[in-house]
Amino acid sequence: MNSMVQVKQSDAEGAAPGLGVKPKVIARDVNVFYGDKHALKGVNLDVPARAVTALIGPSGCGKSTFLRCINRMNDTIPICRVTGKIEIDERDIYDPTLDVVQLRARVGMVFQKPNPFPKSIYENVAYGPRIHGFAKTKAELDEIVAGSLRKAGLFEEVKDRLQESGTGLSGGQQQRLCIARAIAVNPEVILMDEPCSALDPIATAKIEELMDELRENFTIIIVTHSMQQAARVSERTAFFHLGYLVEEGRTEEMFTKPKDQRTQDYITGRFG
Amino acid sequence: MNDQHTAKAFDIDLQDIARMVAEMGGLAEKQVADSVDALAKRDTTLAQRVTAADSAIDALQREIEEKSVLTIARRQPMAVDLRDIVGALRLANDIERIGDLAKNIAKRVIALNAEFPPPKLIRGVEHMTDLVLEQLKAVLDAYARRDDNKAMAVWRGDEEIDAVCTSVFRELLTYMMEDPRNITCCIHLMFCAKNIERMGDHATNIAETVHYIIDGNPITERRPKGDTTTIPALTGA
Repeated sequence: MNSMVQVKQSDAEGAAPGLGVKPKVIARDVNVFYGDKHALKGVNLDVPARAVTALIGPSGCGKSTFLRCINRMNDTIPICRVTGKIEIDERDIYDPTLDVVQLRARVGMVFQKPNPFPKSIYENVAYGPRIHGFAKTKAELDEIVAGSLRKAGLFEEVKDRLQESGTGLSGGQQQRLCIARAIAVNPEVILMDEPCSALDPIATAKIEELMDELRENFTIIIVTHSMQQAARVSERTAFFHLGYLVEEGRTEEMFTKPKDQRTQDYITGRFG
Repeated sequence: MNDQHTAKAFDIDLQDIARMVAEMGGLAEKQVADSVDALAKRDTTLAQRVTAADSAIDALQREIEEKSVLTIARRQPMAVDLRDIVGALRLANDIERIGDLAKNIAKRVIALNAEFPPPKLIRGVEHMTDLVLEQLKAVLDAYARRDDNKAMAVWRGDEEIDAVCTSVFRELLTYMMEDPRNITCCIHLMFCAKNIERMGDHATNIAETVHYIIDGNPITERRPKGDTTTIPALTGA
């Protein structure tokens, strides 16, 4: 099968909100292999800066695999091989001279299940800035912790118990703590892998509200199984199927008049 | 097309909505035909039946609305399914209006009582009705078959109805000027003609909605217009 497939653009005009001048992340002919399994096939995608891009598709379609390419999380899997090119701000992130630890500070990640460190709320957030040497004094660190918790919409709820364990918070609070932890190191891109799938609707709404605020300063890429969530939170949506990026475009268009039959079938619940 | 959802109950919901819209359309067609029939045949009994039958159309519209709202709440439809449901709501609205216009013609038949205009004047209205019924049938068919070409043909085909309407207006004006005693019945007839012309407009609205359901884009080009009734016919007569 030809690995270079033509991706349909859902919007005729091409230019997207936030896509304006230069995309933040550019993927060109990205292929991922897990051993013999060809998991991602010739993906080309431009991710706009300071906007939310949703990756959708059925289980095993490659959307999480693609997400994990963007901060080189796939490096941690020995049998995984990535080809093609991914650039962030025009810098090739698979360049061998690139510092992966630095990259992962620039590209934060939030996972499906909230995974706070078994430490205090304060330490969860302070850990990153401390190891990256972002704060010279305790006061500066306090400032970063409070600021990050505030941006994550959690500060008011936890300000009186910063020394309590992060694992003692509710699921939704834990997830916001993880977001605070991710933004504490001042990343440019935040990857979210089904961040709300373990949360109740209220906690989900809070995270979505938060994403709405975070998009002002960060480039967010979210993998979600909830079509409604993708429709609510994102400016652009990319649909993956069987390792291919099938269609990508403005979210409004993707959910009201997708171009590709496979997209239509998936979002309307017609996949067998 | 609504038979491939993983959730079969969703298929059934959408099919139910489409079936109700089709049923409503069928009822409206009959109401239009009956109302003008009552006019031509001076049949006030038939006219009474038409006014009474309108509630069935209204009831179907309510049912479509309820079912649509419930389906949206239950299934959160996307893309073509969403357009299907939003489209059904709009179609039900237009069909309900057509029903109302037919009912209004029937009421005028009752009001005219014995004072009927001469058959030659009614013939123009009948001709308009034939054209409108053709349009209505075609567009409901286009909806049932999801046939965009057919819908677009209806959308473009409204001109002739408008033109006939204009000529009916001229005729009625002349007749009224000949003898002021004709005015009452001619005014009623004029409203009947206008009602039928409005039905034609609703048929084109339906065509637009059908196009939207199928294509996903609204029609942006301008519709050909043949309606010059209100201004030139009145000033030029």
